[in-house]
Amino acid sequence: MADTMTAAAPALAPRHSGSLPTPRARRRYAIVLGSLILLAALFAFGLLAWDNPMPVGSGGFWKIAQLRGTALVTMAIVAVCQAVATVSFQTVTNNRIITPSIMGFEALYVAVQTSAVYFLGVAGLVSIQGLGQFALQIALMVGLALALYTWLLSGRYANLQVMLLVGIVIGGGLGSVSAFMQRLLTPSEFDVLSARLFGSMANADAGYFPLAIPLVAVAATLLLLRARTLNAMALGRDAAMGLGLNHRRELILILLLVSVLMAVSTALIGPLTFLGFLVATLSYQLADTFDHRLVLPVAVLTGFVVLTGAYFVMKHVFYAQGVVSIVIELVGGTVFLIFLLRKGRL
Amino acid sequence: MITLREVRKSYGDEVAIGPVDLQIPAGGITALVGPNGAGKSTLLTMIGRLLGIDAGAIEIAGYDVARTASKDLARIVSILRQENHFITRLTVRQLVGFGRFPYSKGRLTRADEEIVSRAIDFLDLTALEGRYLDELSGGQRQRAYVAMVLAQDTDYVLLDEPLNNLDMRHSVQMMQHLRRAAAELGRTIVIVLHDLNFAGHYADHICAVKDGKVVEFGTPDAIFTDEVLTRVFDTPVQVVQGPHGPLAVYY
Repeated sequence: MADTMTAAAPALAPRHSGSLPTPRARRRYAIVLGSLILLAALFAFGLLAWDNPMPVGSGGFWKIAQLRGTALVTMAIVAVCQAVATVSFQTVTNNRIITPSIMGFEALYVAVQTSAVYFLGVAGLVSIQGLGQFALQIALMVGLALALYTWLLSGRYANLQVMLLVGIVIGGGLGSVSAFMQRLLTPSEFDVLSARLFGSMANADAGYFPLAIPLVAVAATLLLLRARTLNAMALGRDAAMGLGLNHRRELILILLLVSVLMAVSTALIGPLTFLGFLVATLSYQLADTFDHRLVLPVAVLTGFVVLTGAYFVMKHVFYAQGVVSIVIELVGGTVFLIFLLRKGRL
Repeated sequence: MITLREVRKSYGDEVAIGPVDLQIPAGGITALVGPNGAGKSTLLTMIGRLLGIDAGAIEIAGYDVARTASKDLARIVSILRQENHFITRLTVRQLVGFGRFPYSKGRLTRADEEIVSRAIDFLDLTALEGRYLDELSGGQRQRAYVAMVLAQDTDYVLLDEPLNNLDMRHSVQMMQHLRRAAAELGRTIVIVLHDLNFAGHYADHICAVKDGKVVEFGTPDAIFTDEVLTRVFDTPVQVVQGPHGPLAVYY
């Protein structure tokens, strides 16, 4: 019976190469997308309304919700950044186990924060806050990435693996310099610093939004518009070139957009090494298609749900809202392992 | 016609390709044969503009591959490498659909879908078109990639050892498919082959490569002599008359 059904299917529907080949896959994708949107709305509302002492809808309620809104907007920005950047980065590098943080963004952020405290004391942390300093940190990170890409992806080396390796080495070097400086700090200075080195929504300042939001919006939109190009890039360099893509140009452009997203996210809230990886891996499983037009929205929603969910749990269950990254890494890591072991593929 | 003039490529001091002067006529199948490391695949990837050349010029149908935009070349020449990075959540049909990328940039029209269907049917993959690539054997996947290249609908098709991973039956079928593609669709197919006898039987021209240079070019009858094959492969080869033409014996 089952055989005749599948044999009859192609005769009924015209043969097509769409991203979701069967009606079942289409239904599944719609359900996944719907559930994610529902969960995202639920957590967002929960964060704004839970424990809000004023009645829903009153003027006081909105005042309190507005205060909490900053954290929510931050999470939305970070979700877009990490999700879009990691998926695109994994695609163009043809590697599903690395994340863009490998390029040294986070090490650079840690180095900047640490040197501020090391050279200027606790006052140094205050001096690197502000819109101008925020912009400078982003420019520094994007500049480092751009230098690496243009140096190592064109000319004599022109090799993606070499570029990644150099990125890792630079990141490692910056990391050890930071670790060395941290050892020389007084315990109280170190205490203040370490709060900045955990990815935390509390680090974000609504004053950064006028710069962060347009940057993220432009970079993420450009990447979404290149979704079809990303699909072809996923086939690997040779196949992509054979299909007529200017591979090197696309590679540098996409990596540059990725670095803008990563730089904004890191400068905004600090390092979140695992989130991007987790979100990308989960969204490949959830979307279950190669097509970036479908994977990217799922990834953004997954990122938002993971972040808001973790934040909600930490705030209202454990009363420890500062350290969202801990619950993300713990719960997220477990979910990821279960997924991987059950399905047996990335 | 594919023309190579004074083509050179060097890797360090010792390994070098060229200078190569070669004219591959339009139409039919041209097989590149030669010992390991002779530079057959390198030559093919240079013709397919996946690898830059240090000196000289390569023209396909009058277009200089170094100067023509990649997206324009993609409608003239298609190339399949030996090893392909494959994505797991991609069905055979979706992969073959990528062959239409040079025309539709990923937005497949009805005409594109028809060409994709034809390429799939041509390679006998109709029953497998809904399967994911990671659910296929190496040989089936190989045929899916060849179907993608055929769906690209280019006059010139470059294939790097497409018989890898294929068993006897599928090797023969693949060569028959390719010969049909050359005869019925008027394609010019350049193919790197490891098995000399496949080259002798199916190719219209054989190009023997050794130490980075083209040492022989001609019809199978001209190449299939004891003296030429022994010299090219540095191993004693005897040519005997088989039921369907000459066979090289070197076991």
